[in-house]
Amino acid sequence: MSKKGKYGIYGGQYVPETLMNALEELEKAYDVYKNDQAFNEELDFLFKEYTGRPSLLYYAEKMTKDLGGAKIYLKREDLNHTGSHKINNVLGQMLLAKRMGKKRVIAETGAGQHGVATATIAALMGFECEIYMGEEDTVRQALNVYRMELLGAKVNPVTTGTKTLKDAVNAALQDWAQNVETTFYCMGSAVGPHPYPEIVRDFQSVIGKEIKVQTLAKEGRLPDAVMACVGGGSNAIGTFYDFIGDKEVALYGAEAGGRDIETIETAATMTKGTPGIFHGMKAYFLQTDNGSIAPVYSISAGLDYPGVGPEHSYLRDINRATYLPITDDEAVEAFEYLSKVEGIIPAIESSHAVALAKKIAPTMDKDKILVITLSGRGDKDVAAIARYKGVDLHE
Amino acid sequence: MSNIKLAFEKKKLEGKKAFIPFVTAGDPNLEATEQFIYALEKGGSTLIEIGIPFSDPVADGPVIQAANLRAMENDIHVNNVFDMVAKIRKNTQIPLVFLMYANTIYHYGIADFFKRCQEVGLDGVIIADLPCEEKEEFDAYARDLDIDLIALVAPTSRARTEKICETARGFLYCVSSLGVTGMRSQIETDFGEMFETIKKYSKIPTALGFGISNAEQAAVLKDYADGIIIGSAVVRIIEEKGVEAAPALEAFARSVVDVL
Repeated sequence: MSKKGKYGIYGGQYVPETLMNALEELEKAYDVYKNDQAFNEELDFLFKEYTGRPSLLYYAEKMTKDLGGAKIYLKREDLNHTGSHKINNVLGQMLLAKRMGKKRVIAETGAGQHGVATATIAALMGFECEIYMGEEDTVRQALNVYRMELLGAKVNPVTTGTKTLKDAVNAALQDWAQNVETTFYCMGSAVGPHPYPEIVRDFQSVIGKEIKVQTLAKEGRLPDAVMACVGGGSNAIGTFYDFIGDKEVALYGAEAGGRDIETIETAATMTKGTPGIFHGMKAYFLQTDNGSIAPVYSISAGLDYPGVGPEHSYLRDINRATYLPITDDEAVEAFEYLSKVEGIIPAIESSHAVALAKKIAPTMDKDKILVITLSGRGDKDVAAIARYKGVDLHE
Repeated sequence: MSNIKLAFEKKKLEGKKAFIPFVTAGDPNLEATEQFIYALEKGGSTLIEIGIPFSDPVADGPVIQAANLRAMENDIHVNNVFDMVAKIRKNTQIPLVFLMYANTIYHYGIADFFKRCQEVGLDGVIIADLPCEEKEEFDAYARDLDIDLIALVAPTSRARTEKICETARGFLYCVSSLGVTGMRSQIETDFGEMFETIKKYSKIPTALGFGISNAEQAAVLKDYADGIIIGSAVVRIIEEKGVEAAPALEAFARSVVDVL
């Protein structure tokens, strides 16, 4: 990092002045607590006792044999409490919110994973909780809406713009600007103004740290490649971060190609986007000719976002990480593939990483090791995939 | 002295406060926007803010968001708005500033953007999502071309006010309410405290906006600042009357100017 909150030219704090004091307050609090022993002990305790960390590193033997290339391990973030990696970051941020004396938390959510994780920890720690979710996503992920309400959160459907994750972030930012003195904004991905990309990355970096320890224990060496899906990029940066300095470890991100990257129905930010400024950060964004933010599309509500985190933008520019698009069809095929081959139903988001692995693993030698982070479980997607396949379900 | 500062100085000599209305460019179309600007000037406005349509105006409330959508349906590009300003400059020298989001400028190319501002005779630019920490990237170009990059100070700025005032030019945009733009029946900010800090550090005129919607509120709040900004209430008139809004806008401006 060259300058505070900057990753090369990316990052920064492009927000209305109203929010700047709150960002300064958050940065100060984080600087105090990130190296605070009691804070970290409490976080470690909750990681272990509440979410079930460390998550397993599972050798996918059948998949390895079937693909005939690299030895494949799955980092099972889907086994965390609440079913995804999102809880790692939420636990960290909410412990921070508690120490900052905030009583109310808000969050945006796409697929509902971050919303569910936030509602869960709000229940655990006694926060008032409101979640912003694009109306389109409340339909795609109706079960998660009910789940959040069950946990005591208020879910606000967002009806502006494309009615998806981007608009949920807009609405959450607006709520925060209105209630900035009392409210903590629990950002769900490694995006937004500094210090959020750093905070989210640090709390998610437990994924890569564990992969390192577990691969060393099982194989006596580091993996040759690690792979994760990328929307905003929190599970990916969490997977990558501890390996950035290990140049021999290849880093792969699978982004949402949508129907086809040659159409506008895509969310392939790295493949089709250009540097821009939005949601408080400079990063890659899909944009229109006049510099507006483009409407994007992906089957996966969690990857249906026009931007990507600033650190990923930087890792792309310096060629440290490789980002490749996966279409809806490829993701659905991978969703079914992992279900049938390994008996693991991955989230449709994580299925993008599985689909990329299906392309990359066969090109790697058999003595190579590939780790795929399964960011979440696919139970939430079963109904939507059935609809996609034209199956008529009655619950 | 910049055109903006001069306009405020003139009002000061008259013992009056400045009135700054806001219109969204291209709502309902650019020809109408041009006429609205003339009407607002005729009504006694000191300076006009022109909103550049953006897909995700996160600092704006529902009224201006809807205006953005109406303008975006007409596919308004910032180049079209530059052309409109060039045309307006043949008829009036009233100070004109853009209110916009950082990405529109970044996407256009920062250097090219401010060069074009100077060519068409624009006086200043307000960037809603650009705090002083990120300002230099833009201001380096604006400053050289004498375009005033307008700084904003919020009720939450407090200790940040000094730093903001250091590099502020043109006028200081004082945000009167937390949250987004839009009409409010009540404004809860402690202006006494806020302006005590602002007056200590600001070397340039101040204008107060965000939530002010009529002459009554303007009359109550005018003593704090050198000018009053009204956006959503103006846009609401345009929303209601469409291309025919000019006479109503002139009358509205006059009603506010009369109490300032």
